[in-house]
Amino acid sequence: MKKLTAIIAALLIIICALPSFAAQKELKWGGDSEGGFPYMFPNPKNPKELIGFEVDIVKELATEMGRKPVYVNNAWDNLIPGLDRHLYDIAINGLEVTPEHKDIVNFSIPYYKTYLQLAVRKDDNAIKDLQDCKGKVVGTLKESYAQQILQALGDVKLRTYIVEANTYEDLANGRVEAALFDQPIALYSAGFNPEIKFVGKPIGSITYAIAMRRQDKELTTEVNKALVALRDSGKLREIYDRWNLWTPVMAAEFNDYSPSKVEPSRYNEWADAHRPALTINQRLKRYGKAMPAFGRGAVVTIIVSIVAMILAMSLGLALAIARVFAGKFLSRLATVYIEVIRGTPLLIQLFFIFYGLPSVGIKFSPFWAGAIGLGLNYAAYEAEIYRSGLFAIPRTQWEAALALGMTRWQSMRQIILPQAIRVVIPPITNDFISLLKDSSLVSIITMVDLTKAYGQISAAYYDYFGPGIIVAAIYLLLGLPFVRFANMTERKLAAAESDGKEGYRENIYRSSTRFS
Amino acid sequence: MNATNAPLIEIKDLCKGFDGVDILKNINFTIREGDLASIIGPSGCGKSTFLRCLNCLELIDSGSVTIAGVTVSRRPGQKPDEQMMDTVHKLRTEVGMVFQSYNLFPHKSIIENIMLAPMVVKHMSRDEAHDISMKFLNKVGLEDFADKYPSTLSGGQSQRAAIARALAMNPRVMLYDEPTSALDPELVGEVLQVMKDLDSEGMTQIIVTHEMKFARDASDYIIFMENGEIVEYEDGDIMFEHPQHERTKAFLRHFVNRGVA
Repeated sequence: MKKLTAIIAALLIIICALPSFAAQKELKWGGDSEGGFPYMFPNPKNPKELIGFEVDIVKELATEMGRKPVYVNNAWDNLIPGLDRHLYDIAINGLEVTPEHKDIVNFSIPYYKTYLQLAVRKDDNAIKDLQDCKGKVVGTLKESYAQQILQALGDVKLRTYIVEANTYEDLANGRVEAALFDQPIALYSAGFNPEIKFVGKPIGSITYAIAMRRQDKELTTEVNKALVALRDSGKLREIYDRWNLWTPVMAAEFNDYSPSKVEPSRYNEWADAHRPALTINQRLKRYGKAMPAFGRGAVVTIIVSIVAMILAMSLGLALAIARVFAGKFLSRLATVYIEVIRGTPLLIQLFFIFYGLPSVGIKFSPFWAGAIGLGLNYAAYEAEIYRSGLFAIPRTQWEAALALGMTRWQSMRQIILPQAIRVVIPPITNDFISLLKDSSLVSIITMVDLTKAYGQISAAYYDYFGPGIIVAAIYLLLGLPFVRFANMTERKLAAAESDGKEGYRENIYRSSTRFS
Repeated sequence: MNATNAPLIEIKDLCKGFDGVDILKNINFTIREGDLASIIGPSGCGKSTFLRCLNCLELIDSGSVTIAGVTVSRRPGQKPDEQMMDTVHKLRTEVGMVFQSYNLFPHKSIIENIMLAPMVVKHMSRDEAHDISMKFLNKVGLEDFADKYPSTLSGGQSQRAAIARALAMNPRVMLYDEPTSALDPELVGEVLQVMKDLDSEGMTQIIVTHEMKFARDASDYIIFMENGEIVEYEDGDIMFEHPQHERTKAFLRHFVNRGVA
């Protein structure tokens, strides 16, 4: 058993020696690259570049603070938990100042104030303001202020979305009758859409501020000072003008009623890019530009899958051996592990490892959290495959080995395992292909894998069709070599069990159709 | 036939059962060095179980087994402990076993099948193990099959390879569990010949068999078992010519009537 112990020890060392990040004179800021326009989103012309009015604000803010901005991507739902995980020091991405948020984070002074904007189809004259929404199907963003307003209104058939663009698509398609969103989102989603119009007065009041950890009081002061400076110097207003976000509400907030001096250049670019229907050639050209991003995502997907599979195969073998041959206690322990892992969703396990474990002091980088999560999960399945492989070897092989004077471990190592592993290669390869696809779940723990790349690029182009086909094709391509490998080993195994005559089975099938 | 020495195998009060059913009932029995003993008896009489108890592939329930000075003994109800398993392991290194279905290792070539145990158990070097293995392959007439895989051999060749594999561990005793039962009739002779050769070299052998002619001609002793007991324990010719017990007579009558013995 010495070798096994060594393998496990080596794995533990790898797991423990994970990179930890030391704080420098940086401004580590968290946002969601899929957070949406006009807040922050990948530049449609160059998906590698993150743009948006909040990106501009952070740049100015960092300059004002004399720090270097470092961007950390995280899913919008997890932006606040990410602060506690020390993934970044400030979070900015349309985070609303609500009492619930105030309880868990420090907020800076507001950098932007806005309201909710109701949108309906151009030909719809029934809905003129919020009150008309009663009894209608209304779409909005999941867990947002707008959702609360609609719920307070009552009698609304609420449909919540994660991607705002999808709501307006559904509005145009007739799946929802109205959409209620923060005004900037409404403007950038539908302000240029000839099928949609905005109706009603501004609804409610939304205040966006930068979120920081409760204990970081000094940082809060520093950020506030910088924001005031940016407001007074007019730099903030310039950003809002460029993005066409200077509204009467903001004029009142900043007490600045002067006419705009700057063209809404950023908004115009956006509207121009989205207004006309693209030709196929234009679309293909776009996809071509996105290919490097897909390529980087694919590399992350394959690496995380391979690392996870190596972990799953080694741990799975240990589990199978423990379950079949070890004493009662270890065997029971292995069984419990397998049952628990197989009985709970992989998504929950990943969340738990990435966001749950840090609260007991175990902290993994996103990559290792993903690889370990997938590995621990698949180990349970691999263990069962190994177990069936071990049982597939006849008892008489054990007896022959023992009768020759080998110990149980020697018999296992020399006779049983080598035969069992041959049996399990095809099913394990099949499992790897399914792991490759399940690895898409790591996108929820801030990793930019192939699936995340799909989300980012689709959100940037407002196009889920073409990129979807491309990503599906890449997944297929990644899995293909392993499918072929599984088929090949299966054929070889069939040949081996038929007296070593290559192609034995095929010959039987063929000769049975012949009359000679 | 050099049965002149002290007992090499000594069985005392051996009992073995499965799930509360007694298979072997209080067996006492000795075999001298160099003897060839055949165990015969009707199916289900416990003869295979008895043979497997000798090298502890089935651990006895109570009694003792002594082979070449190594004794595995067990009181009724005693739990097998580390020390007992160590003794079992030691005893097994003195005993070679040949199975009805050969049980060669399918993932290794014939020479590797034979070399494995000397290397793994006795820590022999590869070269040394190879030399010894070739010696025994020669002995069973399979020197040309060293690099073949088990699946390409005939039954008789497989069984001879299995015998060579057991011999390579240099055992004091060879046990055969129906070594020819799975073979085509024309292949039986080559395997029996190997056993006869070993007998003339003084190897102690115990064979569970249905080959009555072989049992009669080659054995120093024949053991007739029925219902988990040794009914008669006698020189081959005497057993076949003048069986003492009614049960032995009844069993042998089948074979005499069919002209086998």
